[in-house]
Formats: sequence, C-alpha cells, structure tokens
Amino acid sequence: MEGKGSGGKVLVVAELRGEAIHPVTFELLGKGREIVEHTGGELWSVVFGSNVDKAKASELIYYGADRVFLFNDPVFSSLNTMVYAHNLTRLCREEKPDIILIGATCFGRSLGPRVAAARETGLTADCIDLRIDENGELIQIRPAFVGNILAYIKTKTKPVMSTVRYKVMRAREKDKSRSGLIIEKTAEKSFQDRIRLVGEAIPKKLNIADAEIIVAGGRGLGSAEGFRLLGELASLLGGVVGSSRPPVDDGWIRKEHQVGYSGSIVKPRLYIACGISGSPQHLFGMKDAETIIAINSDPSAPIFRVADYGIVGDLYQIIPLMVKEIKARRSGLG
Amino acid sequence: MLKIIVLIKQVPDIERVRFDVETGRIDRSSAPAEINPFDLNALEAAVQIKEKVGGFITALSMGPMQALSSLRDAMARGADDAILLEDRRFAGADTLATSNTLAAAIRKIGPYDIILCGEKTVDGDTGQVGAEVAQLLEIPHVYYVSRIVNVSGNSITVVSETEDASYVLETGFPVLVSVTRDVNKPRLPTLKSKMKAMKSEVKIWHAEDLSGFLDLDKAGYAGSPTWVHKVVVQREKTRQVRIYRQVEDGIQELMRLLESKGLI
Ligand SMILES: Cc1cc2nc3c(=O)[nH]c(=O)nc-3n(C[C@H](O)[C@H](O)[C@H](O)COP(=O)(O)OP(=O)(O)OC[C@H]3O[C@@H](n4cnc5c(N)ncnc54)[C@H](O)[C@@H]3O)c2cc1C
Ligand SMILES: Nc1ncnc2c1ncn2[C@@H]1O[C@H](COP(=O)(O)O)[C@@H](O)[C@H]1O
Repeated sequence: MEGKGSGGKVLVVAELRGEAIHPVTFELLGKGREIVEHTGGELWSVVFGSNVDKAKASELIYYGADRVFLFNDPVFSSLNTMVYAHNLTRLCREEKPDIILIGATCFGRSLGPRVAAARETGLTADCIDLRIDENGELIQIRPAFVGNILAYIKTKTKPVMSTVRYKVMRAREKDKSRSGLIIEKTAEKSFQDRIRLVGEAIPKKLNIADAEIIVAGGRGLGSAEGFRLLGELASLLGGVVGSSRPPVDDGWIRKEHQVGYSGSIVKPRLYIACGISGSPQHLFGMKDAETIIAINSDPSAPIFRVADYGIVGDLYQIIPLMVKEIKARRSGLG
Repeated sequence: MLKIIVLIKQVPDIERVRFDVETGRIDRSSAPAEINPFDLNALEAAVQIKEKVGGFITALSMGPMQALSSLRDAMARGADDAILLEDRRFAGADTLATSNTLAAAIRKIGPYDIILCGEKTVDGDTGQVGAEVAQLLEIPHVYYVSRIVNVSGNSITVVSETEDASYVLETGFPVLVSVTRDVNKPRLPTLKSKMKAMKSEVKIWHAEDLSGFLDLDKAGYAGSPTWVHKVVVQREKTRQVRIYRQVEDGIQELMRLLESKGLI
C-alpha cells in the first residue's frame, strides 16, 4: 500500500476442500474488507479448482471480494503445490496485488513460501492479527517462541504476504446482494508433474480443529484405558476426545487427537483438560477455547492458571461422577 | 547411491529457554543449544533411507560457529558429511534470506536426489524454509510427511498429511521432503559414533565460498524483506479461575456451567 487513502489491492487466496470453500477463506475476506475499507483499496480473491464455476466464485463476492480471479482447469486436481504456485506467481506478476493473504492451513503453508520465494518477497507465517499502521503499512502479528511472545512484523517488499491462522479472524455475514467482477483465467502448466497419488486419499475420521467440545486427556490418565472414560463423557456432551502429546507418543491414542504445538490448534466452546499439566506446548493449541475446565490432582499445575474452572482431584473419581450427574439430570428432565 | 541433503538448524532447548518478561527477549544463554527437534526426524529419515538403498548424507546448516556442535552431533547420528554456512553477512536472515543462502550452498554441493528438512523450527517456527528452498532450486516438494512408505534408486513414496486426509504420494528425484515428528523415532548416537564424529571434520563455508552461487544482497539482514518491528510479551487471556478442592462442589458448579451452555 502506498499510504493511507491511496488504495491498495488485497488478494485473498481461496482454499477449496473438495467442492466447498474452506471457512478460513471467508475469515480472510472479512479481514481483507476491514483493511480496504481503512485504506480505500480493493479486495480481490483468487480460486483454483478443477471443478469451480462462477456460482462458487460468487460466494467469494458475497463474503466481501470486489473481484475474483477464477482458474478452472483439470491441472488443479494435482497434489503438486508447484501447479498452484506457478499460476499464483503469474497472477501476482500481472495484477500486482499489494497484500496477499493465505490461510495457514497445510495447503496455504505449502503454497505461500513458493510464491514468496518466486516473487522474492517476505512471508509472515501464522498471523493472528493484521493491522494498518499510521503510515498505511501492514503490521503482521504472530506468536513466537511457543506463544510466549508476539512479534509485530513488517515487510519491505511487495507484495506483503501473510499466512493467517484459521478461526482468529471474523468472517462477515454472507451478503447475496453484493456484486463484483469475476475474471476467468487460463491455467498454465509449464513443467512436468512428477508427483503421483497412489491409491485414494485416506480421509481422516476426526477434525479436531473444528470441534466445539473437546474432552482431552494427558499423561495423568496413566494408560490407554483412560481414554475410554473420556470418550464416554465426550459423547455424552456431543464432543470429541483430545490428547496432550505423551499419550500419543506412548501409543494410547492416534496422533489426530493431539492438541498443541506439534498437533492441532483448537478453539472449541468447551475444553475439558484431564490429567494435563499445562505445558506451554499444550497451551499453545488450546488456550483460546471459550471455556476451559481443568481436572488435575496437583493444585499447582499450570493448567489451573489458564482455566475458568478447576477441580483438584483424581480424574478417575471425578469423570465418572460427572457422567453420572449428567445422565441423572437428563433423565430427570426427560 | 542416493545423494541426500538434510537441513539442520541449531536452536535453544525450547523447554528450558528463558524470556525476559519485560522486553520479550530470548536469553539464548539460559538454555543449551540443540538440533531442532523436527530436524532430528529429518536426519533419522535420511539414515533409514541410506540403510535401505545406500546413500551419502550431507548435513547442511546456516548459523553461527556454535552450530558446529550440532553438525558434529548430526555426524554422530549418521551424516557422512557436514557443512556449516557461517558469515557475518548471513546473520539476521529471515526465511527468504536463509533459503537463498541454503539454496546457493546446495547448488554448490552439486547433484542431489533428496533434500530432507523438518516441519518447522522451534525458534523461527515458520515452516517456510523447506518450500522456499525447493522453489529456488525449481524442484517439487512434499510437506507434512508422516511416513516414508518406500524408497528406491529413482523414486520415493511417502504419506503426506493435510487436515482432513492423508495422501500416499510417489515422486521421482530430485525432491524436497519435509517431515513431521511422526515419521520416525530418532535414534540416539552411540558412544562409538560420537567418538568417530569428534574426529571428523565439519566444513565451514563463508560468503566467499558461495561466490558465483549467492548474491550477497539476498542474504542475511540486508537480504531479508521482513523485519521485527516490535516484540511484546503475550498477555494470557485473563480468566477468573474458580478452583474447587471439594469434588462434589466442583461437579455441581460444572453442571450449572454445562446447563448454561445448553449441553445438558
Ligand atoms: C518441539 C515440541 C513440541 C511439542 N508439542 C506438543 C504438543 O503439540 N502438544 C502437547 O501436549 N505437548 C507437546 N510437547 C510436549 C510438552 O512439552 C509436554 O511434555 C506435554 O504437553 C506434557 O503432557 P501432559 O500434560 O499430558 O503430561 P505431564 O506434564 O506429565 O502432566 C500430567 C498431569 O497429570 C496430573 N495427574 C496425574 N494423575 C492424575 C489423576 N489421577 N487425576 C488427575 N490428574 C492427574 C499430574 O498432576 C500432571 O499435572 C512438545 C514438546 C516439544 C519439545
Ligand atoms: N538456518 C538454517 N540452516 C539449515 N536449515 C534450516 C535453517 N533454518 C531452517 N532450516 C530448515 O528448514 C526447516 C523449516 O524451518 P523454519 O521455516 O524456520 O520453520 C527446518 O526444520 C530446517 O530443516
């Protein structure tokens, strides 16, 4: 951006999951609108797919884009990031956006760096907030050192590129009366695709990042057995089971359940941490839950410092009592 | 014989490093330095590939002289060769400048089949360097690899993870592969391998050694498009913690909470 009021083009890279647009895209559009409304610029979006039409592209307009670049080509069924990077890089060269926002998902984290390197520009990873300062420049805020500090980062080159975490920005309401321009682009495939999918994609059973209620267990469970108890409570509450790292390392539960620095970042309405001490690496993944309940036998466990409710005691006594109470209340009401 | 390059960064032990809560500065002297935990998985993957089909492993790192100890550690863990990229002009690099420097060194090293790196570093924590290096070298990359299914003299099959699916991917060489912690359990170096590594030489390449491969304007602080404008200590979301030592009271309170959330 050249300065306040002088405009600037913000480009949001849409992510498709199967046929659907991933919600992080709408969140980025929400933030993008906030930026362009402040600077007087324009909000753009780009979508790459092997089966996207104008109707899908219009969704991006309903959520805030003024202009959408639509790439619809069979090459985008490839799992080779180079295909996307090549076309996004070309788009940047031709259209010259000032800011590019990409979801900090597996797709975005793989795509962003290639485009940044190709355009020889800066890329800030995992932003949790973006602001425009008094000079009209973008400030990118990201956690560093396992969330102990927040770094405010600026970029000297154009475009300024950021990957932004899922569930930290707010999408605007879908507004079907919004109008915008859809520009169809032709894809370029200028290299050999040596990456081949063997067999079918293996879908994951659990999407913990989107879960509303999580009952998580840690080393304090003592054995794999404990997860059965947590599973009972989780299913009563319509939630899923989470884990700290040690139970995953010890093979008590699958990796998909791991919350934290080397697992998933979650933001549920309710997080119940059982037998989890609350290491920085674990807190990194769950401290933004709406409500946190901690159950731990050690009153000095750090998890109590971030919880809303804490019960000091043995989880093997407390969880069955909770299960019993919930059942009793439900049958009492029903 | 496959030529394998493993990218390794020396980082402070993240579980022990101290922060100055006033300035947000990291006191690197407060904790011992070690190989980035995710890079140990990359190195172990290289060693397993070598065991299977034969290979020559070069550990490559950009960092200060202290990083020599991590490269020696890498040799004790199975690297055949180790190179440290050290120069004042490499210092203060962001991911792009780091990647430019690493890519230049890789070009100088010459033909290679597989570049392995970690998912992310615990200090930089961006996970960007791998894909940037791949782009600069114009080779494909595969991210979030949780398993190496198979490797032969001319191809590798891996499991790559995304949020909602796993993909079995096969690719020829050269390729850059970025691994997660699930890919293996790194072995500890043996006393014998440690002794041997003590005697082996780690090469040190300065800026001059990369001339013809690296444009110094694209390295170090000068070549870094991003800069840290300020650092603030993360304020935890303040929560009104209610602690119950009487289990019965706690449960009654939780039931009220669950009710208010419409869960009962
Ligand atoms: C690079 C790196 C990445 C990491 N990534 C992650 C990550 O993604 N996620 C993660 O969780 N960790 C991660 N860690 C590990 C992290 O540092 C901690 O080791 C881990 O979070 C501790 O798990 P825990 O709380 O389950 O175990 P502990 O710290 O051992 O805590 C167990 C707790 O259970 C309590 N307890 C014991 N018995 C009972 C009982 N009967 N009833 C009630 N309470 C009981 C104890 O009082 C204790 O507080 C990472 C570490 C590193 C270095
Ligand atoms: N200075 C460095 N020297 C060698 N390898 C590095 C360096 N920085 C990053 N890497 C590699 O790139 C991966 C991702 O790092 P990062 O992008 O910093 O999170 C690491 O796991 C390393 O394998």
